[in-house]
Amino acid sequence: MADNVKPRVRVPRSAAAGEAFEIKTLISHKMESGQRKDSDGNPIPRSIINHFSCDFNGENVIQAALEGAISTNPYIQFEASIEESGTFTFTWQDDDGSEYTDSKDIAVG
Amino acid sequence: MKKFTLSAAVAATIAIFAGAASAESNSAVLTIDGQEITLRAAAPDYIDVDEVISGWSFRTAETQALQMDDFDNPGMIFVDQAIDDWNTVDGSEGKSCASCHTGGPEEFAGLRAELPRWDEAQGKVMNMEDYINLSRVEHMGAEPWKWAKPRMDAMVALISLQSRGMPINVAVDGPAADMWEAGRELYYTRVGQLDMACSNCHEDNYGVMIRADHLSQGQINGFPTYRLKNAKLNSTHARFSGCMKNIRAQPFAVGSDEFRALELYVASRGNGLSVEGPSVRN
Repeated sequence: MADNVKPRVRVPRSAAAGEAFEIKTLISHKMESGQRKDSDGNPIPRSIINHFSCDFNGENVIQAALEGAISTNPYIQFEASIEESGTFTFTWQDDDGSEYTDSKDIAVG
Repeated sequence: MKKFTLSAAVAATIAIFAGAASAESNSAVLTIDGQEITLRAAAPDYIDVDEVISGWSFRTAETQALQMDDFDNPGMIFVDQAIDDWNTVDGSEGKSCASCHTGGPEEFAGLRAELPRWDEAQGKVMNMEDYINLSRVEHMGAEPWKWAKPRMDAMVALISLQSRGMPINVAVDGPAADMWEAGRELYYTRVGQLDMACSNCHEDNYGVMIRADHLSQGQINGFPTYRLKNAKLNSTHARFSGCMKNIRAQPFAVGSDEFRALELYVASRGNGLSVEGPSVRN
């Protein structure tokens, strides 16, 4: 697991049914591209988050494939709308196989 | 003498442009999560501008927006890291910051607004890095942190954040007066191959473009600053160093007496503005 990785998510506590609202996600990660060299000239191996997904009550909302050119601390913002109360789960997959998750409850009302 | 008249005329012309250039963002107050940040204030009488203006006002709308919401502010990532350090035991005494400061970082509300300041017990002018290292060495028995390095900058940001919105109030008289005077001397001394002083950009020409950069007043109320340029927190002394390289001068060392004096003087030029750290700049 890369150092200092911490997922952050902002989801409203409640939303009107069928109305779009904003979800913001940010994960601290160095996103080493694999293109750089260290002070001895050896390539620094790639270490990025390569996949992000968000699910609501088990149903996929959005997926993103992240590539080497994505900046450090990737920030992903999108909109969603829901018909029922439930839980958003967020998953980030690291190159080294580790998985970071976060979840937020939301109520319709 | 002739040269002096000319530069005065140039400064006057530029002042007109300054008004125009910052017209799109001349709001006086910025609100972040309910905290009011003063963006413009009457200048202290010892400086030669009418109004002191936060660097936020000179940035593009996109950069400004990043600072308007703590979730969007990438500087907060480092604040989170500093909270981890705050609770991490280090050194021979088996203590963390939290062991003594049981009230949490909130204990330091107001500290950032007064720094650098004369400390009677230490017999010198102290800034945030000094206080952090004093605690680490004397109370925790730990190694002092190097200045302008990620952990130090993050901790400075965490403690600065506790004072956000409070007016900068740096004392320029009393025992710190000599150092302040030395800082002022540095501010107006031309150095480097380009033969420029701090004042040439940040007092005479703020608000205009220097090639692709929109010159600000060089206020340090927002430090440590997250810069989009290098995607990390930047300390005051590291920024001074960057400025000196830009004018092709040999920078003083981070933590040197020269930069300490300059920090005191530049901080006092922002008296009346709010503590903003960690701010977001380009």
